[in-house]
Amino acid sequence: MSAADIVRDGLWRRNVGLVQLLGLCPLLAVSTSLVYGLALGLATTAVLLGSNAAVSSIRRLVLREIRIPAFVMIIASLVTAVELAMNAWFHGLYRVLGIFIPLIVTNCAIIGRAEAFASRNGVMPSALDGLMTGLGFTLALVLLGSGRELIGHGTLLADADLLLGPWAAGLELRLLPGYGGFTLALLPPGAFFALGLLVALKNTLERRAAEPVSPALPVAAEGS
Amino acid sequence: MSGADKPAWRRAWIGAALLGLFAAIGAATLAITEHLTRERIAERQRAFELDSLHAVLDAGSYDNDPASDVVHVRDRELLGTDAPVTVHRARRGGRPVAVVLLPLAPDGYTGPIRFMVGIDADGTVTGVRVLSHRETPGLGDAIDADKSDWIEQFAGRSLGEPEQWLVKRDGGSVDQLSGATITSRAVVDAVRHALLYFDAHREQLFAAPTESGDR
Repeated sequence: MSAADIVRDGLWRRNVGLVQLLGLCPLLAVSTSLVYGLALGLATTAVLLGSNAAVSSIRRLVLREIRIPAFVMIIASLVTAVELAMNAWFHGLYRVLGIFIPLIVTNCAIIGRAEAFASRNGVMPSALDGLMTGLGFTLALVLLGSGRELIGHGTLLADADLLLGPWAAGLELRLLPGYGGFTLALLPPGAFFALGLLVALKNTLERRAAEPVSPALPVAAEGS
Repeated sequence: MSGADKPAWRRAWIGAALLGLFAAIGAATLAITEHLTRERIAERQRAFELDSLHAVLDAGSYDNDPASDVVHVRDRELLGTDAPVTVHRARRGGRPVAVVLLPLAPDGYTGPIRFMVGIDADGTVTGVRVLSHRETPGLGDAIDADKSDWIEQFAGRSLGEPEQWLVKRDGGSVDQLSGATITSRAVVDAVRHALLYFDAHREQLFAAPTESGDR
């Protein structure tokens, strides 16, 4: 598998959030704003990068029987380290994201990549796969968060100072002045609606791209 | 029989040893991270408590430094814990203005809720802030001032009117959080208990000599 394939699969073709629909719990719960989505996405990316690299580097050492507990231990240690770091350096976000930081442990995308990719590939490809899978998940979180924040509040980038420091407090964009807000978009059902629309959009884009160049040809069987 | 078992036993031992090794590496990683972040986290926690302290007191009503004017008291019944509870005192020109108690609400939905309540010298609540809790995300965690303004409704209440200390479902006037009635009740009861404690110990609380340093 080439590096370009890993990048394309992680970011788009097999995006864990939009195609594999893994890690839905944080994806739906935290994506109420662009900044929260971005923050949880980056935290998840850090864990994925670390866990893929670690799992790959011990892949020849681990017996088959203990690989799952060993992977879980690695992931749990990394998540706790990320949680401590966020508590120390991004305390405001840590308070807002709360339980969803430790719950990164239960994101099946992470153990999935450890088992399906990192335990069978070298350290560099595995690290790249972790990074790209994480960024793909971040992309899904950011798209969902932007959409829900815009429709729910009429703003974008609210609370950016929690992630970027006090200078970013002015980044908040009020794109729809006088907009009263639409609470449904911020509630859990709104998360499902938004995710459904996003998946539909992605499928439409892919179908367009996959259509044969010559209109004379009949539409071929749809890809996976 | 024993010949066939031998490799299996060996594998089991090796597996156990390897798992132990990974656990040790994980623990070491955590110990190092904890060491690197400990001071900063404690500092952030102190800053947060200081912010909360100012949020539960009426700004400008006092001229001392309540953060350092501290006593510790114990009352299992009314303060929710056997451990000493911190009390900050706000004064103006040396006269008592308000106290801030840091009790526990012992019967939260998923464990005790640590909070801060400001009470002025007449026994009226000046503000409440939740400091730490493990309530359900999306439901009970709305007691956090960051997540909703539910906690603001306590300011201005006093023991005088009993229906002010019951949630609506129980016939009172406190809005309960939807889906988190237990959490709401726990906070309401704990704030009322803190007021009862203050009522019974008003003079002692202000008169007790300041203890050096926070605990």
